[in-house]
Amino acid sequence: MILGMGKYKIKKIILDSAKLNKIIERMAGEIIERNEDIENIALVGLQTRGVFLAKRISHIINKIENIQVPVGILDISLYRDDFATNTEMLLKQTDFPFSVDDKKIIIIDDVLYTGRSVRAAIECIMDFGRPKLIRLAVLIDRGHRELPIRADFVGRKFVTIPDKERISVKLAEVDELDQVLLLDKEINCSSNLVF
Amino acid sequence: MLKTKDLLGLENLTKKEIELILDTAINFKGVFTRSVKKVPALRGKTVVNLFYEPSTRTSKSFEVAAQRLSADVIDITTSMSSVVKGESLIDIGKTLEAMKADFVVIRHAMAGTPKILAENISAAVINAGDGFHEHPTQGLLDLYTIRENLDEIKGLKVVIVGDIGHSRVAKSNILALNKFGAKVTVVGPPTLIPDSIKEMGVDIEYNLKKALENADVVNILRIQLERQNKNLFPSLREYTALYKVTPEILKYAKKSVLIMHPGPMNRGIEISSEVVNLKNAVINEQVTNGIAIRMAILYLLAKANK
Repeated sequence: MILGMGKYKIKKIILDSAKLNKIIERMAGEIIERNEDIENIALVGLQTRGVFLAKRISHIINKIENIQVPVGILDISLYRDDFATNTEMLLKQTDFPFSVDDKKIIIIDDVLYTGRSVRAAIECIMDFGRPKLIRLAVLIDRGHRELPIRADFVGRKFVTIPDKERISVKLAEVDELDQVLLLDKEINCSSNLVF
Repeated sequence: MLKTKDLLGLENLTKKEIELILDTAINFKGVFTRSVKKVPALRGKTVVNLFYEPSTRTSKSFEVAAQRLSADVIDITTSMSSVVKGESLIDIGKTLEAMKADFVVIRHAMAGTPKILAENISAAVINAGDGFHEHPTQGLLDLYTIRENLDEIKGLKVVIVGDIGHSRVAKSNILALNKFGAKVTVVGPPTLIPDSIKEMGVDIEYNLKKALENADVVNILRIQLERQNKNLFPSLREYTALYKVTPEILKYAKKSVLIMHPGPMNRGIEISSEVVNLKNAVINEQVTNGIAIRMAILYLLAKANK
């Protein structure tokens, strides 16, 4: 697996499928608990894995509360602060099937790290209208913020070693299985676990 | 992945590259319906519009596209600039480069001008129409409009009506449509259709009714009234009688035929007002799509030129 610069190998499985799904259910529960006006909530998943997490959380809320919480899809590419270094050309879809105005928006992402993606996401959501408030829910908080941003709903906190370790969230919708991995930068890639 | 520094024409773009541009444009079209109709992607970039020929639609479309990407736009109308004092194209290019322009959008009456400029400056050059050569963004927006309305371009019969010989729009359209497997027929008076156009792989027809048979798309070109004095057809009245697209003549095409016109229209000459108002006329959609296409071009070239 080539992630950015260098190669990474699996160091540890942080969450297996059962644990991962329990955490998602707990997060959905917390969102219900802390939002009595659940019908005024909309989830916004960040491309790509945040979208699937948002859909799962919406589905769980629907099972418990019998309320369909709308899910927006957001690609932050056009709002990034690293346009000069990021060479990814392909834009992914952005689509909000609801009006942002006066809604309580919960941004959903898989991993929170520097906070720069969330900054971009907030700016983009504001361009769609004026939400009542914006909250943040992340599956993994790996620490090392570079902006004054924090998550309101956290699945699991797991502080990584910067520039050495990475988190890889795998979701069945795109990766065939549910799993959260800790990856380690491997300069000498001799292990057959390199992928 | 777009690899070129400039957009000079569609001839050298692959089908894949064109598809990337069209797909990117879909996402930019979504920006138009937001309450803030712009994104910060090209903040701090400068786009220069350098138009040596009159244009409202294309230059304003590029201007809007740049603004919706948060780029700054400088408009140079050559009739009011140092060009009238005799400054050469290369010198103007060098001046724009010294001003740190990132993009130069150029329209010129001479084919090949954008290429000469592109070879001499580091900024990305976008051809907004050069002589009778190409008008790539028009070709792309027409292709986008066809794909958006009819899904699959392969196998479609597209009829281009009018002054093919003097039309860079026709050439960019033919180049793009061929890459996607459409069948193109050009139709008009023989004096306006050069025989060499056959080499581009199109069918030539002189009878509008025959050309329209089974057509999925009809793209109606503007009769360039300023070229009338060359006597390429006996009279406007004769042209209108033989080639004006009317609701009656459209009965020869498929019922759902998509009606396009790159503008500006001469109503009552190449197209009747009734046709403009038909529900399958997408002339205004073309304008909207043009902005999305130009945003995609600016965005992808900015990415390619880093």
